[in-house]
Amino acid sequence: MQELKKRLCELLSDGTVARVLGWRRGETSFDPEPAFFGSAEELSDFVYDGFCGANLSKMMIEAARLEGKTAVCLKPCDTYSYNQLIKEHRVDREKTYIIGVGCRGKLDIDKIRALGIKGILSISGTECDGDGDTLLIKTVYGDKSCKYADAMLSRCHVCRGKEHKIYDEIIGESRDTTDGDRFSEVEKLEAMAPRERFEFFRRELSRCIRCNACRNVCPACSCRKCVFDSNNFDSAQKANVDPFEEKMFHIIRAFHVAGRCTDCGECSRVCPENIPLHLFNRKFIKDINTFYGEYTAGEDAEAKCPLTDFDFGDAEPGDVTSGR
Amino acid sequence: MMGGIYGISKDRLEKLFSALAAERELYLPVMSGGKVNFSVWEEGEDVRLDVTKTAKSPKDAFFPQFETLYTCRTEEGKLKIDPEELCRREFVVFGMRACDAAGLRVLDRVFLSEPVDTFYAARRELGTIVSIACGEPEESCFCRAFGIDAASPDADVAAWFSGERLLLKPQTEKGTRLISSLSEYLTEADGAEAAIEEEQAKIRAITEKLPYSLLSLEGWGSGETKRKFDSPLWEKLYRPCLACGTCTFVCPTCQCYDIKDYKTKNGVQRYRCWDSCMYSDFTLMAGGNNRTTQLQRFRQRFMHKLVYFPENNEGTFSCVGCGRCVDSCPSSLNIVKVIKAFSKDGGDE
Repeated sequence: MQELKKRLCELLSDGTVARVLGWRRGETSFDPEPAFFGSAEELSDFVYDGFCGANLSKMMIEAARLEGKTAVCLKPCDTYSYNQLIKEHRVDREKTYIIGVGCRGKLDIDKIRALGIKGILSISGTECDGDGDTLLIKTVYGDKSCKYADAMLSRCHVCRGKEHKIYDEIIGESRDTTDGDRFSEVEKLEAMAPRERFEFFRRELSRCIRCNACRNVCPACSCRKCVFDSNNFDSAQKANVDPFEEKMFHIIRAFHVAGRCTDCGECSRVCPENIPLHLFNRKFIKDINTFYGEYTAGEDAEAKCPLTDFDFGDAEPGDVTSGR
Repeated sequence: MMGGIYGISKDRLEKLFSALAAERELYLPVMSGGKVNFSVWEEGEDVRLDVTKTAKSPKDAFFPQFETLYTCRTEEGKLKIDPEELCRREFVVFGMRACDAAGLRVLDRVFLSEPVDTFYAARRELGTIVSIACGEPEESCFCRAFGIDAASPDADVAAWFSGERLLLKPQTEKGTRLISSLSEYLTEADGAEAAIEEEQAKIRAITEKLPYSLLSLEGWGSGETKRKFDSPLWEKLYRPCLACGTCTFVCPTCQCYDIKDYKTKNGVQRYRCWDSCMYSDFTLMAGGNNRTTQLQRFRQRFMHKLVYFPENNEGTFSCVGCGRCVDSCPSSLNIVKVIKAFSKDGGDE
């Protein structure tokens, strides 16, 4: 982290950038927050460790409207989102200086709590440049520990790889943390009978509190005004009027980001009710791969998405329903 | 009977729940999909009284996230209006915490003062609360900062886990009635005072060690509007806010609601639902919106809890330190960070 911080200071002081978008140290060792830093002095609070899971690429939409260049810290998976935002003309590449930051998997405090660890005061072993595979956790109920991998965000177990897809420079090393198959959960759903699958989603979505965190954090959800925020739309932004409503919001959202979702996993990370929202998107990704050939949103900033492109070899609707 | 202490062994709780649920609706903290929330109990559910905090507060039982107020429909050319009936069934919320109960007192101030909210009042009347002392408080808990004692919850029945027993102590008439109706399952626990005191001492000792317990609220409260409102600190604090409603919807004291219409086939269902000051259409009126930026909306939440509410309610803050917002904010922002940021330099430049 020291090397990264030093470089960010340089970029600020030599005038290459006007600000840095990174993470600010929180009250504890596990609650850093995304933040803009305007000076080397402000960077004294900068932090980059295992708890910096937030994907900062969406905040670059806001940065594009600010004067001067912004240096942004992007993890390998975040760079897919940034590329996609370039493609959608939401960010300004010219006003961005991308530092590809190393990543060895990001941590999820809920995973640690799920292990029965309570009253957490501090956690060590979260450094990005460390190779310890154990987290040491001080709690009011005594010292605990757990494996780094057991505390990782679910998305990191199906990591997109350690390659940054777009960057100006890379600082720190990345590690591929994959230890599972990305589509195995989707395959499980596909194997279910329709009624069983419907019941699965009904049960999961029944916990939705309509906080809109999934939408607001989603880099693909960058509409200036969401249809669900419209007062002229019968489906309200903040209430599930009937049991169908809670599904409708998520289904519409999944359709809207289909082909553009990079599977960054932020929706599931932020959900306060632990709803596996990424499954909708991942099903679409799998289907697009099946019907149009392998396609990865955000792999680059130019390629057309199969859903917004046309060629005579495209799948016909009948092929899709019959599962060609 | 009032004032006595009654005990039940942990392994008999399931039987107690069946008995409670046979007569009335029973809300319990239940695990589903990896999260614990209060819901109407059904046999076989994974009840988790050991989990200190539910993801969402139990305020739904009294102030549901969504409720119909009335429905209008045209029938044979005539307009018919059906007001929604008030709650008429008795219910029990079992397993609330001291902070949750204190949260209800905040809601009472809003909904039970004139003009009384009849929907809320009916539920308050018919609901009986059993609160459990927090055997294992969490790091994000800071009820103590608001003068709440996690070791002696305010409720119709206060409860403590002690070894393999749950000890129950009725504190109101409603609570006494509830306990009397369960005499078959409970045994009088003479001399349990000592066991309770021991548990209380243990809880208070842990509370002392929690990182936010000693959070100072100096500088907040009535009369602070001018000084806090224009502080340049808000600009820095609000930045990472996603404008989602998580903090407001998990909160036991957030009370703002919206009233909306849902068009049915031949009429309108008028309902109210929780609103969030984080949302762009919060307090939107025909004449426009008096908060047009996220900074203003973000500021509103904290100013309401820490300045405006105490100003209108004899100094009572509308935060109870349950820490749910601390646990669930996607950007790790929270009221603790706001309070601390201001205490560092008073909010001045």
